[in-house]
Amino acid sequence: MGAIVHRPGRDFGFGLLALAVLGLVAPWIGLYPVFVMKALCFAMFACAFNLLLGFTGLLSFGHAAFFATAGYAAGHAIKVWGWPMEAGLGFAVLCSGLLGLAIGALAIRRQGIYFAMVTLALAQMVFFVFLQAKFTGGEDGLQGIPRGRLLGALDLADDLNLYYAVLAIFLACLALCYRIVHSPYGQVLKAIRENEPRALSLGYRVDRYKLLAFVLSASLAGLAGGCKALVVGFETLTDAAWQMSGEVVLMTLVGGVGTLFGPVIGAFAIVGLQDQLADRVGSWVQVILGLTFIVCVLGFRRGIAGEVAAWRERRRATSR
Amino acid sequence: MEILGIPLQALLGQLLLGLVNGSFYAMLSLGLAVIFGLLNIINFSHGAMYMMGAYVAWMMMEYLGLGYWWSLAIAPIVIGAFGIVIERLLIRHVYKLDHLYGLLLTFGLALVIEGVYRDRFGASGQPYGVPDALRGATNLGFMILPNYRAWVVVASLLVCFLTWFVIERTRIGSYLRAGTENPRLVQAFGVNVPRMVMLTYGFGVALAAVAGVLAAPIIQVSPLMGSNVIIVVFAVVVIGGMGSILGSILTGLALGLVEGLTRVFYPEASATVVFVVMALVLMLRPAGLFGRES
Repeated sequence: MGAIVHRPGRDFGFGLLALAVLGLVAPWIGLYPVFVMKALCFAMFACAFNLLLGFTGLLSFGHAAFFATAGYAAGHAIKVWGWPMEAGLGFAVLCSGLLGLAIGALAIRRQGIYFAMVTLALAQMVFFVFLQAKFTGGEDGLQGIPRGRLLGALDLADDLNLYYAVLAIFLACLALCYRIVHSPYGQVLKAIRENEPRALSLGYRVDRYKLLAFVLSASLAGLAGGCKALVVGFETLTDAAWQMSGEVVLMTLVGGVGTLFGPVIGAFAIVGLQDQLADRVGSWVQVILGLTFIVCVLGFRRGIAGEVAAWRERRRATSR
Repeated sequence: MEILGIPLQALLGQLLLGLVNGSFYAMLSLGLAVIFGLLNIINFSHGAMYMMGAYVAWMMMEYLGLGYWWSLAIAPIVIGAFGIVIERLLIRHVYKLDHLYGLLLTFGLALVIEGVYRDRFGASGQPYGVPDALRGATNLGFMILPNYRAWVVVASLLVCFLTWFVIERTRIGSYLRAGTENPRLVQAFGVNVPRMVMLTYGFGVALAAVAGVLAAPIIQVSPLMGSNVIIVVFAVVVIGGMGSILGSILTGLALGLVEGLTRVFYPEASATVVFVVMALVLMLRPAGLFGRES
């Protein structure tokens, strides 16, 4: 080992601590808790997506399906069946995980660009099913989802209580992503990303690894979708549309594909941008998102976190 | 006369409608396949180009008073030229990168185009009339055939056949096929490959524009018509595979017919049937019906 050892674990620990502190004080420095909660949910969604794109090399263009499935599942279980909020969220994760198993099993039969098209098409199928199904409320959506109480005690109708619950879930989700990426399993995923035929020839059952990654990613996207439905109190078809699948790609791309904190930064950037622009420019939001896509692909492929990491790398190299 | 409890007239009517949709799928997936063959890019903005083709027709009627036949000739040229500009300005920068970046770039482009049109024209559709020469219907005895729909099927089959002929049977087409196999070798033989790539992209999106003009009198011209169709066309491409020109055409037509039949026998599933077929094909023949796994 050289004199300067780069320790990702320490970096990640500092980052997580910084996020926790930021999250704890955010409501007290003038940030609107509902906005931050929404952004945290999208951050979880983007982290889940990045598990596939960034750490396994699979571009899913259908993650909206898992996000929305979980929203409907949580909403239905809590509102119609009267389940407690924890059980509703668990049910949401289960549903999107099972959907991920089904879609993933089909999609991993094709590679690269075809994988993206298959996931997009299957997610569109889910969209049409939701459009026609009774339990989703069709075009009107599922309205008035109650937030309930945490462990039967803490009233989550209070924005601040729910905020800290969502923050805790978010931090746990991020830590889980770190754990997955830096586990032996995560190393195999990286090997598949870098060179799939070689991983296969080394004897790894690549398909199983990819499928498990897909299911994990879908389940975490489900956790994000379930939380988001609780936060806003409704679930609509917007979450299942292909534009939503595109948005999560954009968040990850802006923040930094294949970095742990990138998707979080990207989610806050995009949700913040939409929040700021929605009142001022109306339908131009879509144009601006599209332009952001083009700019990112043409000249900013590392994303914010990737650029920061590259800058630190350069500094480390010159100080050596 | 009835078949399985369905009046024959209704069945044939839906089959014709299916064939019309199938012609659009065929033309769009053909354009995607031609572009993918040489550029290795899945053109997500293909739907937006189709939509713009229809709008060029509508605008020529609305602002210039030029009718359907003028549009059919001019819209593909306008959109093809637009595609060439886009290729030079944006797309050529991603050829050396992972193919996924091409998809993301053209996805962003589709968002921009659709957003601009929505801002300009609103989300609702604009009516575009059937040209005078093709109004009305012909009684074939066993069914009433709307002239315009018959024309769409014939015209798109003609366009598809011409495309096939140019690519498979002419000298230009042989350059194109060689470029698909090995662009560096073709370049070494003195063919200007970057120019060929540029023209191929222009040609591919011009095909989409032809489909857009043909579709304008049938469906309302709306900014959303592109994104509505493009995902289905992606499924068609996955089913057929992009290795074969004839394969793309046949798969497009066949899936249109399947959709039409579904609309007769189980209308609830008509929006999803193409995706179900795609799932089945992935299970039974993952490389696609006419595909070669790369």
